[in-house]
Amino acid sequence: MKTSRIALLASALMCSSAFTAQAADLEVIHWWTSGGEQAAVSLLAKEFDANGKDHWRDSAIAGGEQARAVVMQRILGGDAPQAAQFNNSRQFEELAEAGMLLDLTDLAEKEKWRDVIRPKSILDPCEVDGKLYCIPINIHSDQWLWTNKAIYKEVGLPEPKNWQDVIDQADKIRAAGYIPLAVGGQGWQEDLTFDDVFMGVGGKDLWNRVYVDRDEDAARSKDMAKVFETFGKLRELTDEGSAGRNWNDTTSLVVRGKAAAQAMGDWARGEFVLAGKKAGEDYGCVPGPSESPVLTTGGDVFIFPKQSDPEIEAAQLRLASMLLDPDVQVKFNTAKGSTPVRGDVDMASADSCMQKGLALLEDDANIALPKNAILSSDTDGRIQDLVSQFWNTPSMSIEDVQNQFADILQDGS
Amino acid sequence: MKRKTRMWSNLSAKIASIPMLITAVGVFILCVAYSIALSFTRSRYFPKFDFIGFDQYIRLWTTDRWTVSVSNLLIFGVLFIGFCLVIGFILAVLLDRNIRMEGVFRTIFLYPYALSFVVTGLIWQWMMDPALGIQNVVRNLGWESFNFAPLTSTEYAIYGVVIAAVWQGTGLIMCLMLAGLRGIDREIWKAARVDGIPLWRTYIFIIIPMIRPVIVTAVVLKAISVVRVYDLVVAQTGGGPGIATEVPAKFVIDHFTERGNVAIAMAAATMMLLPVLLLVGPWVYNEYVRRARA
Repeated sequence: MKTSRIALLASALMCSSAFTAQAADLEVIHWWTSGGEQAAVSLLAKEFDANGKDHWRDSAIAGGEQARAVVMQRILGGDAPQAAQFNNSRQFEELAEAGMLLDLTDLAEKEKWRDVIRPKSILDPCEVDGKLYCIPINIHSDQWLWTNKAIYKEVGLPEPKNWQDVIDQADKIRAAGYIPLAVGGQGWQEDLTFDDVFMGVGGKDLWNRVYVDRDEDAARSKDMAKVFETFGKLRELTDEGSAGRNWNDTTSLVVRGKAAAQAMGDWARGEFVLAGKKAGEDYGCVPGPSESPVLTTGGDVFIFPKQSDPEIEAAQLRLASMLLDPDVQVKFNTAKGSTPVRGDVDMASADSCMQKGLALLEDDANIALPKNAILSSDTDGRIQDLVSQFWNTPSMSIEDVQNQFADILQDGS
Repeated sequence: MKRKTRMWSNLSAKIASIPMLITAVGVFILCVAYSIALSFTRSRYFPKFDFIGFDQYIRLWTTDRWTVSVSNLLIFGVLFIGFCLVIGFILAVLLDRNIRMEGVFRTIFLYPYALSFVVTGLIWQWMMDPALGIQNVVRNLGWESFNFAPLTSTEYAIYGVVIAAVWQGTGLIMCLMLAGLRGIDREIWKAARVDGIPLWRTYIFIIIPMIRPVIVTAVVLKAISVVRVYDLVVAQTGGGPGIATEVPAKFVIDHFTERGNVAIAMAAATMMLLPVLLLVGPWVYNEYVRRARA
């Protein structure tokens, strides 16, 4: 009995050491847990394992905030994963400044990232002190309204073109027994809806003046008050079960024909695709919603926490290189519902919704920086808290929320 | 000479307590001091020692999320401890009346305590979901106007959290109380019966004072879980709707991690430590240390 146990232990040890000698095992932390997202991420894992040397060890943690918190804790605690998903934002800038991330500058020069990645601005958040610390893998825009075509047809309404339409049509849709606008009651989703209203009602100019220039007059202006007012009116449009609902469960209400529309980023497309729905026929996508839509070019990036083992470092670079491979870019982004970061890939296979997004991204006038790339995590989070509080407290006055909003922007970093 | 032998007596016990002593001084006192020091700086993810005075505390107390968190903790603490004690005591009394299948009931009541707060939170999130939970079931039975969806309103959501916590925490209190009741001398019951004191008066005026140490232990145990309540809220409401169910521990952890503002997180943590030092400290001293000496 005893000897067999020792033998077992020994063979287990041998196995594990043999494993590390041959292949680099990379633990990748990400928050792609919905059905559509999982389909996309398993594509990446399969592609990476296919090089024969390495293995993608999947660590999926539900919820971006939770996943990033775990990554931060593990890096600071000295047990860093080999790769981690972040948003294209300032979320990881302090890690880069402290030299805890793998420097990707050499690889970027070799593979000419600066030439193939577009729009140019999406590499900016990766750059700290002239060096690149992250690799963007997709472009996401938050400003989309996803609609269920069948419901609009049944009720006899055209698809909304702007937020005012959404509000005006609500009574008729509700009377027919559908939820006019499905909202998931989590802080980040309420914040995303707010930003969509901001961009749709206030426009790019106001957005830049408020977030980029920190113009106090703009934050306290009448136009900004109108943004909050419109956002406040949307409360009436949603359903009782909204509190705490995940974004994909909310999308599923539109997919299953319970709700007419949802404001969500373009990743919602992945859920429609997974359900076997056709863009333009079963579901519609309205950018903005606004007659002159502006999209933010957020997205996901991968960072590679520094490791002591040069072999693992080499594998990390192999992974980075693979993520930007034209073929992988097309496959991954088609599954995920996002846009490739490379301008030189063939997107003929993209459906009508993605084509709409691609066409808008052609012109710089339609592009704005996402909020989390402009503001620090702290300030971004304070605004999210405020927006969420306002959304859930109908008694809160426009004046009050606007003052607090302006104060946070003046005070924050 | 006498003093020396006293110092060397129980040597092995003293050596054995050295690790605990080091932990207490090193981990608790030093780390607490370090945390308090950080709360006076502008540290973000990494410690930075640029002392800026009370700025973080001023921001903390002017932030709605923090003040809501503090008032939630008070509501939660009072209701949670109160209900746990009352319901736990009643259950223990009922079990103590020599009912049949006592073991089965005890297991049923204690069972929720075996579940983590995360599981508890998820269970009650579903139970309180207007489309899936209790409200839906009752409405389907024919009571169309029945309303039970506390988690959807900012006003009542914190009570939804209290319900879940009480459900989870009562079993332990019941067990403690039951042990206390079982420890009471049978002669006292006989004497009370001979004197013709009604049962309820016996419990309130004789038995409760006698199991006072058990009650104190129960309150201390529950008070500890109140201050650090975090996982339940994360699992059940995520702090929502809005900021309606935020609690101090969640404020600290969110700002420590995702928000990247260690300084304000430490300021909040220091504020959490204060009431413990100011209130619980003297009380524990009074309850345990002074009594032991007397």
